[in-house]
Amino acid sequence: MAQAKHPGRLLRNLNAKIAAVPMVLTTLVVFLGGTIWTVVYSFTNSKLLPRTNFVGFDQYERLWDSSRWIVSIQNLLVFGVLSLVFTIVMGFVLAVLMDQKIRFEDTFRTIMLYPFALSFIVTGLVWQWILNPEFGIESIVRSWGWESFAFDPLNNPEVVLYGLLIAGLWQGTGFVMCIMLAGLRGIDEDIWKAARVDGIPTWKTYVLIIIPMMRPVFITTLVLVASGIIKLYDLVVAQTSGGPGNASQVPAMYVYDYMFQAQNLGQGFAASTMMLLSVLIVLIPWAYLEFGGKKHG
Amino acid sequence: MTHSIQVKDLTLDFGAVSVLKKLNLDVAEGEFIVLLGPSGCGKSTLLNCLAGLLDITDGQIWIKGKNVTWAEPSERGIGMVFQSYALYPQMTVRGNLSFGLKNARMAQSEIDKRIARAAEILQIQPLLDRKPGALSGGQRQRVAIGRALVRDVDVFLFDEPLSNLDAKLRSELRVEIKRLHAQLKNTMVYVTHDQIEALTLADRIAVMRGGVIQQLAAPQEIYNRPSNLFVAGFIGSPSMNFLHGSTIDGGRAFQLQGTRLDLTGYEGGAVGTRDRAIIGLRPEHLTVQDHAEPGQTIPAVVEIDEPMGADSLVWLKAAGAQMSVRVPVEQRMAPGTTVHLKVDIAKASIFDTASELRV
Amino acid sequence: MADLSATMTGPRGAKPRRVLSGRNIMVYGTLIVVSLYYILPLWVMVMTSLKGMPEIRLGNIFAPPVEVTFQPWVKAWSEACTGLNCDGLSRGFWNSVQILIPSVVLSIIVASVNGYALVNWRFKGSDVFFTILIFGSFIPYQVMLYPIVILLREMGIYGTLWGLVLVHTIFGMPILTLLFRNYFSSLPEELFKAARVDGAGFWGIYFQIMLPMSLPIFVVAIILQVTGIWNDFLFGVVYTKPDLYPMTVQLNNIVNSVQGVKEYNVNMAATLLTGLVPLIVYFVSGKLFVRGIAAGAVKG
Repeated sequence: MAQAKHPGRLLRNLNAKIAAVPMVLTTLVVFLGGTIWTVVYSFTNSKLLPRTNFVGFDQYERLWDSSRWIVSIQNLLVFGVLSLVFTIVMGFVLAVLMDQKIRFEDTFRTIMLYPFALSFIVTGLVWQWILNPEFGIESIVRSWGWESFAFDPLNNPEVVLYGLLIAGLWQGTGFVMCIMLAGLRGIDEDIWKAARVDGIPTWKTYVLIIIPMMRPVFITTLVLVASGIIKLYDLVVAQTSGGPGNASQVPAMYVYDYMFQAQNLGQGFAASTMMLLSVLIVLIPWAYLEFGGKKHG
Repeated sequence: MTHSIQVKDLTLDFGAVSVLKKLNLDVAEGEFIVLLGPSGCGKSTLLNCLAGLLDITDGQIWIKGKNVTWAEPSERGIGMVFQSYALYPQMTVRGNLSFGLKNARMAQSEIDKRIARAAEILQIQPLLDRKPGALSGGQRQRVAIGRALVRDVDVFLFDEPLSNLDAKLRSELRVEIKRLHAQLKNTMVYVTHDQIEALTLADRIAVMRGGVIQQLAAPQEIYNRPSNLFVAGFIGSPSMNFLHGSTIDGGRAFQLQGTRLDLTGYEGGAVGTRDRAIIGLRPEHLTVQDHAEPGQTIPAVVEIDEPMGADSLVWLKAAGAQMSVRVPVEQRMAPGTTVHLKVDIAKASIFDTASELRV
Repeated sequence: MADLSATMTGPRGAKPRRVLSGRNIMVYGTLIVVSLYYILPLWVMVMTSLKGMPEIRLGNIFAPPVEVTFQPWVKAWSEACTGLNCDGLSRGFWNSVQILIPSVVLSIIVASVNGYALVNWRFKGSDVFFTILIFGSFIPYQVMLYPIVILLREMGIYGTLWGLVLVHTIFGMPILTLLFRNYFSSLPEELFKAARVDGAGFWGIYFQIMLPMSLPIFVVAIILQVTGIWNDFLFGVVYTKPDLYPMTVQLNNIVNSVQGVKEYNVNMAATLLTGLVPLIVYFVSGKLFVRGIAAGAVKG
């Protein structure tokens, strides 16, 4: 008499399962399948076409012997650290300024966020033009009488990253500001009232109370920005094409060139696997903090 | 009397957690059953199982003599009223009422007839072409009841329908639901955590805790003769006073700290001698007087006096425990005064400390 | 009786406020300076695109044009060269439109139904797939580029518009599903229960109850997808052929081509033209755009 199991478990909820087919295929075939496929083939000596001729870590040895790859990784680290620090600090400071019950908040926000709507290609090309030594900032400052002024990052291997950084910050800081502002607005008004009654100065309230309370917002921003930086590609292609020389190469460019131009798939797979590894280095501690901690706490 | 709803050995597990445990419940036709309990006791879960909104793990559900264990919600012959009203915001009141009927492919003329009848019963005719957003909370809940009404079903399920309303509106609609039940004579299963609603509406109350029905009985029975400590403590506001002690002399008396209460006239089973027992006394079944009567009173010291308008609540210290007593509002008492509480033993309850059951 | 107010001295009434307080100067000053940094490139783009080449060679890139000319815009649209093709950016524009419309429609349909199923019709394993989906969005695209090439080739749509549409649908799925899932789970669950008691099924509830309540989130999704897909470069370059290159790819090829004399005014006109679609979406949508990007920041 006691029975409850429905007949045909698989057919239950059939429509929902049909609706989820694209998700299941995407996760299994593309995300999991594709990733595993690339990792496996990074151990082969595939050239023009993928082949299952396994050569161990050969591709990785060649990769780390390549000066172009080393430069790419160094660039990514320098650019990554600088843009993380700057976007988050600037984004937070701007958000704090925007949160002072100012007038024209919408106007300021519109101005700061519009670059985020533009593609990296557009961003890269505009800043390529503004930083053009013949006509851009350098020539204008010189025309004001400062003849020795030099600001030509796009043709100077030493500082080309700063040229990219200026453009990258222009595109992305508004976004971080918006997230930070949402975080600030999410903080209970009563915290501010309590701090005011206690006579704590505003800056101290931010440093001692608000920033610690916004820890999850900072961590989320960090992860979003960091995973974006690792994918950095379009901006470099448009602004410097990796130049001058190889000075502004990034890993994503290395992958693309070896996969689709140099017809050396194995190298491309090894390089992209390294990119995956760097994402995991960012992602795993975050996932642990976000999801692992909750189970115990 | 025929059964309207029969729940047989209903079990529901969420993973490793058992939410409902081999639950049995028979509801007679036309009966008004209230499921009452603290949050997390499984009362809403049980209602959702009856409605078919949750798939159960084991057991059976019968409605009107039909096994509906596997039936879809719309096939069970039930109507449901939700706490948040759950009116479709983009549809007019008329659209809300007709949605289910249209899904059942009912003829338009019949739909119109049913809506007209429901609107008349609930007096919502002027609201039919408005959207839910333009209605007050009370009006919305009427429409939500109307949605169950038009289905012309025998069983109404209410999931805390009045919780979102303010106190005044709540008591108005409570009376209205009672009137509706008297008029329609449907079977109603009503979930609430509000004991006033339960006591006023129910033919029988099922007090639940931890996925188990603790006591299923008429309101007065539950109030006067709670089957265990939990039910005793849950029903009544302020809650029943519990004093720890023992029963002596073969159950003829209750021994408290230094006080002996005569149990002659206790309405319950054979008390017997118990080393550890609890006597439960409702605040309204005690009277405050200034002289002791051996075997009838407990000495107490007044701590706080709370006038509440119609009467007054006095908090006292007696037999090592805190107690509350309801007294006429004129009877003011200064903190620190020693008084004597007279016990109406016919209305007291005695529980075994170990089993927590009433004896 | 004594006049009380005469005996009460000290501050009285509203507290005086100074408009030019140090704090205000600091706040507004910083914001205005920062705003200049943000506005500058747009200003330079517009000004450069309206000048003739002789004026550019002589003058300052920040100065407004002495003589306004729309010739660079015309040239960028219909005459600029990429390789041997000299039919301007218009080809890239129409390619992008052809890619954009089916991609936006398809990705939103798939993700909204998926998000709805995940909230209201959970089945065994659905949450596992969703978690993989969200974490999958952090995998660098480069890792999946080549397997997708193989996949598209097997399906016979490598190098076609439909191949790219499929790619955009796949990579739009994590963020859109998250967006819709979060929105649908914010709707009262009782509404869904009421509809089930009323006899509506999976599609009935989706179309008659959920959809009419969710128009704002669909607008947010459209904004997100239109800007995202329009701005895509990598997928365009990998999965289409030169004839079908989207606007961003063509723009980069025009501006960064090594042949010929650099025509900066035409380049800037082309750049502006490419940025125009997302800019219009941005300025028209206003706060909804902010909501869209905030949705991206919400944790899964």
